Amino acid sequence: MLTIADIQFESRLFSGTGKFCSSKIMLAAIEAGGSQLVTLAMKRLDLTAKRDDILTPLLASGVKLLPNTAGARNAHEAVMVAQLARDVLGTSWIKLEIHPDPKYLLPDPIETLKAAQQLCDKGFVVLPYVHADPVLCRRLEEVGCAAVMPLGSPIGSNQGLATQTFLKIIIEQAKVPVIIDAGIGAPSQAMQAMEMGADAVLVNTAIASSRDPVMMARSFAIAVKAGRDAYQAGLGGVSEHASHTSPQTPLTEFLE
Amino acid sequence: MSFVDYLQALPTERLKLAQYSATSADVERALSSCEGSLSGLMALLSPAAEPYLESMAQRAAQLTRQRFGATIGMYLPLYLSNLCANECDYCGFSMGNKLKRKRLNLEELRQEIAIIKRRGFDSLLLVSGEHETKVGIDYFVSMLPEVKRHFSFVAMEVQPLSEDGYRCLVSHGLDAVMLYQETYNPQVYRQHHTRGNKQDFAYRLASAERIARAGVDKIGLGVLFGLDDWRFDALLMGHHLHYLEHQHWRSRYSISLPRLRPCTGGVQPKVALSDKGLVQIICAFRLFNPQLEISLSTREPAALRDHLYRLGITHISAGSSTEPGGYAHPQTQLDQFEIADNRSVEQVVDALKAQGLTPVWKDWEAGWINQSP
Repeated sequence: MLTIADIQFESRLFSGTGKFCSSKIMLAAIEAGGSQLVTLAMKRLDLTAKRDDILTPLLASGVKLLPNTAGARNAHEAVMVAQLARDVLGTSWIKLEIHPDPKYLLPDPIETLKAAQQLCDKGFVVLPYVHADPVLCRRLEEVGCAAVMPLGSPIGSNQGLATQTFLKIIIEQAKVPVIIDAGIGAPSQAMQAMEMGADAVLVNTAIASSRDPVMMARSFAIAVKAGRDAYQAGLGGVSEHASHTSPQTPLTEFLE
Repeated sequence: MSFVDYLQALPTERLKLAQYSATSADVERALSSCEGSLSGLMALLSPAAEPYLESMAQRAAQLTRQRFGATIGMYLPLYLSNLCANECDYCGFSMGNKLKRKRLNLEELRQEIAIIKRRGFDSLLLVSGEHETKVGIDYFVSMLPEVKRHFSFVAMEVQPLSEDGYRCLVSHGLDAVMLYQETYNPQVYRQHHTRGNKQDFAYRLASAERIARAGVDKIGLGVLFGLDDWRFDALLMGHHLHYLEHQHWRSRYSISLPRLRPCTGGVQPKVALSDKGLVQIICAFRLFNPQLEISLSTREPAALRDHLYRLGITHISAGSSTEPGGYAHPQTQLDQFEIADNRSVEQVVDALKAQGLTPVWKDWEAGWINQSP
C-alpha cells in the first residue's frame, strides 16, 4: 500500500481531470482506472458559479482531490493559489506546479523550491512537479515535501520516460514517494515506470485524449498493477559478465 | 533516527544466517547488478562468492578504472601524538603500554611537514591517540593552521569530537575525518575496549553523522578486520555507508580495510582475514558502490599492495611513519603498528607507473573552500 503523508492509497495510478470531452466521461474514466487521487487545476474552477462541472461531480464521487497550481508563474502566485485551494476545497494537499514557459510547460526549479519551502512551513502537504533532477528532488525532500513528481517527458507529449536515467537515480535516493508525472503516453510506459520502482504514476493526456478514455484508463490500471508486481517480485538482472569467463589478464591468480 | 537506532533495530542474527546461506544464484544476480543493493553486497561478501572471485575482480577493476581512471591518490599520515587515555588490546598506543609518550610541538610539527613536503605530498592525514585533555580540540586548533599552510587536503584520524568541535575544525581548514568503528558488534567491541572514552560504542557510531552535519567534505569508515567475523562486520559497514549516503548526501565517503596485525602486548585475530578475503571485500564494495574511495595503508606488504591497486583501491600512503616525530627522527618511539611495506615513496611510485597507473598528489584547492560570500 502506498502511503503519502499518512494517507494510504491502494491504486498507484493517479489521474488528471483536464482534456476530457465531458465530465461524465471524466468520471467514468476515473472510476474505470480506480484512481484514488485526482488532480485538478484551480484556475479551471469557476468559483463564482454555484455549480462547477468538474468540481461538483468529483466531490460527489468521493475520490481524494489534489488541487494544482497550474498557471502560476512564480512562487508568490503558487502560494496564493495553494491558499485559495485550501480555503475553497478544505484540503491542505497541493500539487505544486510552476511553469513560466508557455510552450513546453517545463517547471521552474528555483521558484518551485522557494514555494515548496513556504508551503511546507505553512503546513501544506506539498507534491511538487519538477524536472527529473535528483539534486532538486533531494532539496525538496529536505524542505519537507511529502512526495516528488518528476517528469518523464514534456507534459502532454506522450513521449514516455525520456528522463529514465535520472528517474532511476531519483528513485534510488528518495526517502519520500516518487510519482512519475507528465509524458507517459502508453500503458507500457506506465508499466516501465513501475518496474523501475516508481511509487505511482500520474496520467492524464493519454487517457483523456484517447478514443475511448474509459477503456484506456482500465488498460493503465492493469499496466500499473503489473509493473508494480514485477518490481516487487524482483526482475532478473541483465547479464553483463558472461564475457568474463576467459579474461585476458587474470587479476586474482596471485592468491593461489 | 540515527544509525545507532538503525543498527539496534537490525535483526543481526537473522541477517548473519542469511549471509551464510547465500547461494551461487544470489551471487550471480549480484554480479550483474549489485550497485546500491545491500542484499547484493551480502551475497558478494558471503562464502558462496568465493568461486566467483575472478569475475568479481574483473568487474571491480573495470568499474574502478571507469570511475577513477588510471590514478591513485597519494597521502601520508603525520602522527601528532601517541598519548592515549584508552585501553584497547590491539593497539600499540594503549594507555597500559609502557612507551615514551609524546605530543608534537609547533617546531616539531614544522620539521615533519618540511620532510613530507619534500617527498611531494599535498594530502595529509593527521593522526593521534585519543587523549581528550592533552590532545583535544584546543591542541588541534593550534596546529591546523600551520598544517593547512602547506597542504591542500587535510584529513584527521583522532578521537570522536562533538558536532561543534568538527565545525570549528572545518573553519580552520579540515577537509576529511577518518573514524573507524573497529567492529560493529557491540559485545566484541566491549571486550576489546576496556578503559577510556572509547568504551562508548554508541557515541563513536553516531560520530559520522555529526561529522556530516558539521559539513566535513569526506568521511572515512573502517573496520579492524579480525576482531570479529569479517564477512558480517564488512556487511554492517556497508549498511552504515548506505545509511550515511542516503541521509547525508553532500559528503564523500571512503573506507579503510585494516587487518589486525601484531603490536606490543596485542591480541591475536579471532577470525583472521586472509589475502583472499581482503580481495573479496575490496571487490564487493566496489561493485556495491562504484564511487566509493578505498584507502590502503602500509600495513599491507608491498607485493600484495601492488596487486590490489587495480582491483578498487583509490588512495594509498607510502613511506609512512606511524610514530610522532617519526619522519625527522625515525625509530625513536614505539610505533602504533608495524609497517609491512617499507618501500620509499619513489619505489612505490615506480611500482604504480609500471602498472600504468599515475600517482595523484594534488586533488583539491583549499582556497575555494570556506570562503563565505
